[in-house]
Amino acid sequence: MIDNLSLALMLVGAGFFLAGTLGLVRFPDVYTRLHALTKADNLGLGLIVLGLMLQAESVATAGKLLFIWLLLLAASASASQLIASWAQDNGLLPWRG
Amino acid sequence: MAWVALLPLAVDGVLALMLLWLAWRALSSPDLFRAVVLFIAFGLVLSLAWVRLEAADIALAEAALGAGVTGALLLGALASLQKPVVTDTEPAPTASEAMPQADESKAPCCSTSALLRVGQAPSSSVRTPAETAPGHHRLDDAKVAQASVAVRGMLALLLLGLLGGLAFTLFSLPEPTPGLAQKVSERLVDSGVEHPVTAVLLNFRGYDTLLELAVLLLALIAVWSLASAPRFTDSDPEPALVELCRLLAPLMILVAAYLVWVGAHAPGGAFQAGSVLGAAGVLLRLSGMRVPPGATGWPLRLALLAGVAVFACIGLAPVMLGEPLLAYPSGWAKPLILAIELTATLSIGVILAALFIGGRP
Repeated sequence: MIDNLSLALMLVGAGFFLAGTLGLVRFPDVYTRLHALTKADNLGLGLIVLGLMLQAESVATAGKLLFIWLLLLAASASASQLIASWAQDNGLLPWRG
Repeated sequence: MAWVALLPLAVDGVLALMLLWLAWRALSSPDLFRAVVLFIAFGLVLSLAWVRLEAADIALAEAALGAGVTGALLLGALASLQKPVVTDTEPAPTASEAMPQADESKAPCCSTSALLRVGQAPSSSVRTPAETAPGHHRLDDAKVAQASVAVRGMLALLLLGLLGGLAFTLFSLPEPTPGLAQKVSERLVDSGVEHPVTAVLLNFRGYDTLLELAVLLLALIAVWSLASAPRFTDSDPEPALVELCRLLAPLMILVAAYLVWVGAHAPGGAFQAGSVLGAAGVLLRLSGMRVPPGATGWPLRLALLAGVAVFACIGLAPVMLGEPLLAYPSGWAKPLILAIELTATLSIGVILAALFIGGRP
């Protein structure tokens, strides 16, 4: 039961990564690509981490996994903010239609 | 379910192919920035490969040093290569500053950036003064093209020679030797630590590690003797970056301390911890932190030297007592190794951060 649940979580997480990668490759400008990428990072990794936490042998391991996800949330949010504000400062206009 | 057994093989195959592809793209990319990004990606995939080979120590070191710190150094070198763009004026007065070739000899990672430049077409994103100066265009381009063909030919010959030598060595290897793993695990009890890699690095083959520390210090001395630290104009860094650093810097120091401590019985140790510390230094530097002027004098030099000095003193002390070099007195191995590892971690971290800043303060 738990195995199936964590398998399902990880598959959905992998689906988010696939969609994010597709968006990174196919979207037209830096802002929309960032949007796709952060979805994959935040939600995809969150689901995978959740799936892995169900398989963890101890609470400490589960805590470390959760911690990895929290760190990544902070890092990815800051990095995408940096990229987006650099793009804006350098006059990259958002894509319209 | 026979295909499940093939899954690890498939993962390994994909990793190996990705490594080759990334390496080729990094070397052949005409855009230097893309080449550096590909090199960082290559480092990360390589550390995954080390994980697959069950060498977590090397994977940690590769991710932190190979991809992280070297990537930051390469990006820093790239930034200083692309900074001086000379417009239509006569380039002669600023030539020494603007010539990328001249800059390369100053950059801390000149060999790597030179390697990265080899596959580059003459009309690159880096504008040399010769290219921007009107009139000399054609001639210089032709010269550059000729020179680059000659360099490429020579490199190809050298690489072929190297390949031949490697193939010869590989085929003339006698039997697969059993290695020293057996001996290491037999003597592990005497080493003062429980992790075989740390035991080899700091006890059985301590002089290797001592010399590695000395090489790092020498590299920094070379960088310092070539230039003084570039003066950054105090532009306001992004608030997001500052906040991230405020969050990450204490955590990274904690992780470094954990890595040193855990090195006694699991993957970790001074080099991995030191590179995490160095990365924290790089982050703090990028977010606008400056070392206070009072600390750049002897306190900084003390921190840089401490690793080599403590290791050398502890290694030399037994010689006074008639023991061999680097022989720890029995029962003292663990505390002495810990002392060496802690100071080495501090020194490695400070040296790596200082290498990134580049130049004598």
